[in-house]
Amino acid sequence: GDWARLAARQALSQDRLLEFDSFGNVTLIHVTDIHGQLVPVWFREPEVNIGVGAAEGQPPHVTGADFLKLYGIAPGTPEAYALSYVDFVSLARSYGRMGGLDRVATVIKAIRADRPEALLLDGGDTWHGSYTCLRSDAQDMVNAMNLLKPDAMTSHWEFTLGLDRVNEIVEGLDFAFLGANIFDAEWDEPAYEPYRIFERGGAKIAVIGQAFPYLPIANPNWMFPGLSFGVREERMAEMVREVRGKGADLVVVLSHNGFDVDRKMAGSVPGIDVILTGHTHDALPEPVMVGQTLLIASGSNGKFVTRLDLDVREGRMMGFRHKLIPVFSDAIAPDPEMAALIERERAPYRDEMAEVLGTTDGLLYRRGNFNGTWDDLICNALIEEREADIALSPGFRWGPSLLPGEPITREDLYNATAMTYPNAYRSEMTGEMLHTILEDVADNLFNPDPYYQQGGDMVRVGGMGYRIDVTRPQGSRITGMTLLKTGEPIDPARSYVVSGWASVNEGTEGPPIWQVVEDYVKRQGTVRVDPNKSVVVSGA
Amino acid sequence: SAGLAAALMLPASAVRAAVEDKIAEFTGGADAGADGITLTTPEIAENGNTVPIEVEAPGAVEIMVVASANPTPDVARVSFGPLAGAQRLSTRIRLGGTQDVIAVAKMGDGSFRRAANTVKVTIGGCGG
Amino acid sequence: MAEGVKARVKAPRTVAAGETVVIKTLISHQMESGQRKDSDGSLIPRSIINRFAVAYNGQNVIDVALAPAISTNPYFEFEAVIPEAGDMVFTWYDDDGSVYEEVKSIAIG
Ligand SMILES: [Mn+2]
Ligand SMILES: [Mn+2]
Repeated sequence: GDWARLAARQALSQDRLLEFDSFGNVTLIHVTDIHGQLVPVWFREPEVNIGVGAAEGQPPHVTGADFLKLYGIAPGTPEAYALSYVDFVSLARSYGRMGGLDRVATVIKAIRADRPEALLLDGGDTWHGSYTCLRSDAQDMVNAMNLLKPDAMTSHWEFTLGLDRVNEIVEGLDFAFLGANIFDAEWDEPAYEPYRIFERGGAKIAVIGQAFPYLPIANPNWMFPGLSFGVREERMAEMVREVRGKGADLVVVLSHNGFDVDRKMAGSVPGIDVILTGHTHDALPEPVMVGQTLLIASGSNGKFVTRLDLDVREGRMMGFRHKLIPVFSDAIAPDPEMAALIERERAPYRDEMAEVLGTTDGLLYRRGNFNGTWDDLICNALIEEREADIALSPGFRWGPSLLPGEPITREDLYNATAMTYPNAYRSEMTGEMLHTILEDVADNLFNPDPYYQQGGDMVRVGGMGYRIDVTRPQGSRITGMTLLKTGEPIDPARSYVVSGWASVNEGTEGPPIWQVVEDYVKRQGTVRVDPNKSVVVSGA
Repeated sequence: SAGLAAALMLPASAVRAAVEDKIAEFTGGADAGADGITLTTPEIAENGNTVPIEVEAPGAVEIMVVASANPTPDVARVSFGPLAGAQRLSTRIRLGGTQDVIAVAKMGDGSFRRAANTVKVTIGGCGG
Repeated sequence: MAEGVKARVKAPRTVAAGETVVIKTLISHQMESGQRKDSDGSLIPRSIINRFAVAYNGQNVIDVALAPAISTNPYFEFEAVIPEAGDMVFTWYDDDGSVYEEVKSIAIG
């Protein structure tokens, strides 16, 4: 009730959240994977996040009660709410929404007041993911970030705006757009600035950018023709040698590799002091050390800001102090300047965003390796509205949550679906083809070598169940595929009507996914998503 | 893409034998060492129709590249002349599906070096 | 001769004597593998560039035998030693008997 809510919030104060004993001479501020979220959101952290190979059982592949135990966090505390899924709904009602770029701005300004030379670094997936971002061609996020004044950013979903739009924005940015691994595919030459060297706190700090390596595979390559990405470990090693040669005292990689890829890179490329990780949306309250390299994971959707203070002397990192600052939107005062900008960016769309489409009976969330209720809802909508046997919804990691009983507004729906290739196709696929797709995607997630992983979650499936053994090699992980409506095994030779969205193929036809789901939600009034028990996981 | 993968359904044993025959023809059956040759390939192909590869073997006179599971294994054979600035070549190749790319170098002293990398050819389509 | 074949070369114009330089080449060519089928289901005959050779002042730099597994628009990057001023001659040999040649002059400075 209200009393519990009040008591909970008294434990939270802006001063306490921002409390930090300055350390050393250099401060890095890291935000990443904001996904267009200007205003506070609910965001439930994953319940299922399986690590394979060397990452098995290692952070960030520890969730729930195990996570709380590992980091010594008491259940029911603000930290438990922010960092794990345990008791999410009741704690959400106590502690409120998280994030909001106006609150993020307050945190950043406070750090800068304490350490004026702090570097602000944005890990990318910034210009994507909301109604206003889609409608304004990301101008809302560009304006907001320009006000925050980062020193550099790297990228992933940015490129789904199309290459011309990206380059138009980049030309006007007054900070660096870095990507050491982005190459012109024709002549194999660097296409964007690889790194920038900053002089701060008496030290030379090199920031090397690493864009998402698998953009042309995970997203439609026709949207950014002529560019090639890739992990390019040797290129990273060359960049580290180059910046050290130019006298860098500290080497920071601003990365969108995904956590496990960064963990491998930290172990195989010598000379990196700090990797600011991104893409896999992990939030870790402490750095992970790989040899002498610090790996920082700052969450997603504006939920967290990382402050990392470093003592850098004579070309060496001598020590650090770290805090993953949770952005509790009810405890941190909005920065008035940013609040006014957000208001201006949202005003033209306010009425259409606010329209209530229906109500959700249960919690809607997406994050998790196999399914989330948001995608279950999308799959149900695809099966009904597109008259399909089976529905496929991509394993995106973005998309905030909605609490039970809340209205679903058009803005909420776009938070889970807004992107530039939204068409909901309807086609026929054989059982064999469906098996090939599941095996292919599963290997992108569970290949024991992180350099073969793409960092998305497993494709979500409606209308069909299956078993997966994550320890098996590609081709033999997926068994027991079953058509749920009949209970019969999927016949490899038979064709099934499949509907899905976010195809990477050019010219995919069909209504945008938000239209399909809006129609469905409006007809349902109150949507209920039954617990999904159709995927049985083993080996984890 | 799915279409590319389907083109690969040749009997695996026949393909392996053809690859090893091809290599034996090049080496005359001699053993090949693993040091002194570097093969660089992407972990995952962005496009199976154009996969960048680079091979370097300092001191090599000739390097052969084969794709272990294409319909025919041959890819390229390069010989280095007196004005080669390094025994290195980059090019772009077609891969009909996930497979090993193998490079074998014949060195100036008549010995051989061999390197292999797995390149994954995937359907793709999801992201974080 | 295959239609519209265009060769492009990136090479430095001026180098120091004895310097090792990076050369990049591209040639527009379908590289028809001989394994594709047309809409009637009949095999499209193989038509590729089968050899690429580079010489500098008559001395060999590299000589490459290409199989159909080389991609459309064959790309090569390699290194050459430039002992003195002269001409680098690039030659591509087509299955159909055509020979395409490109020459780049390099000065010492
Ligand atoms: Mn992201
Ligand atoms: Mn991403």
